[in-house]
Amino acid sequence: MTRRIVVVTAGLSTPSSTRILADQLAAATAGALRTRGEQVQVDVIELRALARPLADNLVTGFPSGELAAAVGLLRQADALIAVTPVFSASYSGLFKTFFDVLEPDLLAGLPVLMAATGGTARHSMVLDHALRPLFNYLKALPVPTGVYAATEDFGNTADGALAGRVERAAAELANAVTAAPIATRPRTLADEFDEPTPFEDLLKA
Amino acid sequence: MQFGIFTVGDVTPDPTTGRAPTEQERIKATVEIAKKAEEIGLDVFATGEHHNPPFAAPANPPVLLANIAAQTERLILSTATTLITTNDPVRIAQDYAYLQHLSDGRVDLMLGRGNTGPVYPWFGKDIRDGIPLAIENYALLRRLWREDVVDWEGKYRTPLQGFTSTPRPLDGVPPFVWHGSIRSPEIAEQAAYYGDGFFSNHIFWPASHTRQMVGLYRRRFEHYGHGSADEAIVGLGGQIFMRRNTQDAVREFRPYFDDAPVYGGGPSLEDFMSQTPLTVGSPQQVVERTLGFREYVGDYQRQMFLVDHAGLPLKTVLEQLDLLGEILPELRKGFEADRPAHVPNAPTHQSLLADQLAETTEGADQ
Repeated sequence: MTRRIVVVTAGLSTPSSTRILADQLAAATAGALRTRGEQVQVDVIELRALARPLADNLVTGFPSGELAAAVGLLRQADALIAVTPVFSASYSGLFKTFFDVLEPDLLAGLPVLMAATGGTARHSMVLDHALRPLFNYLKALPVPTGVYAATEDFGNTADGALAGRVERAAAELANAVTAAPIATRPRTLADEFDEPTPFEDLLKA
Repeated sequence: MQFGIFTVGDVTPDPTTGRAPTEQERIKATVEIAKKAEEIGLDVFATGEHHNPPFAAPANPPVLLANIAAQTERLILSTATTLITTNDPVRIAQDYAYLQHLSDGRVDLMLGRGNTGPVYPWFGKDIRDGIPLAIENYALLRRLWREDVVDWEGKYRTPLQGFTSTPRPLDGVPPFVWHGSIRSPEIAEQAAYYGDGFFSNHIFWPASHTRQMVGLYRRRFEHYGHGSADEAIVGLGGQIFMRRNTQDAVREFRPYFDDAPVYGGGPSLEDFMSQTPLTVGSPQQVVERTLGFREYVGDYQRQMFLVDHAGLPLKTVLEQLDLLGEILPELRKGFEADRPAHVPNAPTHQSLLADQLAETTEGADQ
């Protein structure tokens, strides 16, 4: 069966070190899944291109055009790789806005690999102090290893450097995707439209 | 097909003058607007229910609707919406039945939950119970109108023993009920289960969303055995602003759009028009766009327009209604074209009474 990996990347420049890290994580995860005999499809959501629709969504309450398509990708995802630059000691506002506008429970039960980039390694705890609580709140399943890349990591191939962390995190994500689900994912709004809760059940509740 | 207008009763400063109407000016203007609706040939006037600024909509819509009933002859008086969550269903049963008697049956109502969090605790409720409240309260409301003596116990209000809601509905026919919801499939399910009407706000969200909500309601209406999906009773909202020329309409409406509490700071007027059913333009554009709504909801029963919003002065609103009156014949003709004969009209007091008499006669024959 084809495993669908969705990559959400909040880098702003071109080229973006956030996107470079995202691509490395996606390639490593796809490789790890193929090694396990899985077929893989990767879709990348560049949040920069969705900046205006995201701002509009905050005001209007609905996703328009490309943003609606991006949310649709996430609805079908088997795994999420989420990568943000560090802004003011946390994820960027653009990154957070994307997760703010998702309908409740959309990420529930979804394996997530968290990653972040920054100018120096001093901000690496942002993974566990900012991103992990966010994904825990969203009832997603973040894998134990988060990947932080500082500028210096992109020029460092020494032991324990970036490539090793990427491989470890990708393997954890691949395992989470192929493992038996810990719990069935909760019903989302889309499920409710496909198969509504019978009114007799609503009356009894 | 019924056409009408609905108001939220917002007291908003006119962005072109900075002046807000007083509460009395806004309330009296609402009555003028309703009278004008009848004058230009509309079928329905509906008011929102509000309990907080910046609104001067009635906290209990029958207060306003009774006043309008006394000054009109034909207009059906309705709500958009009556809060089924925070109101006591006993008071809804009694006040709307009373209004039926005063207005000779020119009443229906649209139930909604209300999406303003603080309103719930003001009435001893919790917004997180919104759906269960809507379900329990409506189940009780139906019984209060249909059974002369009710014994009842539920989760959210005092039990009732041997209770008779008075006055009884006019001619023993409860007012027709629409269920309004912007986004909750449970409410479409509720409307379908009872065979009631379903109303889609159709203002703030894209057509694709309305299609999904109405589609669910129609499918479940058939599932519950009330008829085929295309016989379900559907109402749509919509917002329009017209001038003879498109450019004049856009130029005049833009400051109201840009400053509106619900719109400002988001997409441009042009983007919002392409993303949602909002139509600002010539009367012909409004006719074409409105007739197009059928393409994604099927033939439907009631089209309501929002015209008195965001600080538009009364004079402008009345001009809008004059223009709406001009295109009304074309809208009626357009919606009649290709409408299958088995698609019903929206129920009225007279049609429900006739149905009831037919059922009684049938029963007597057996």
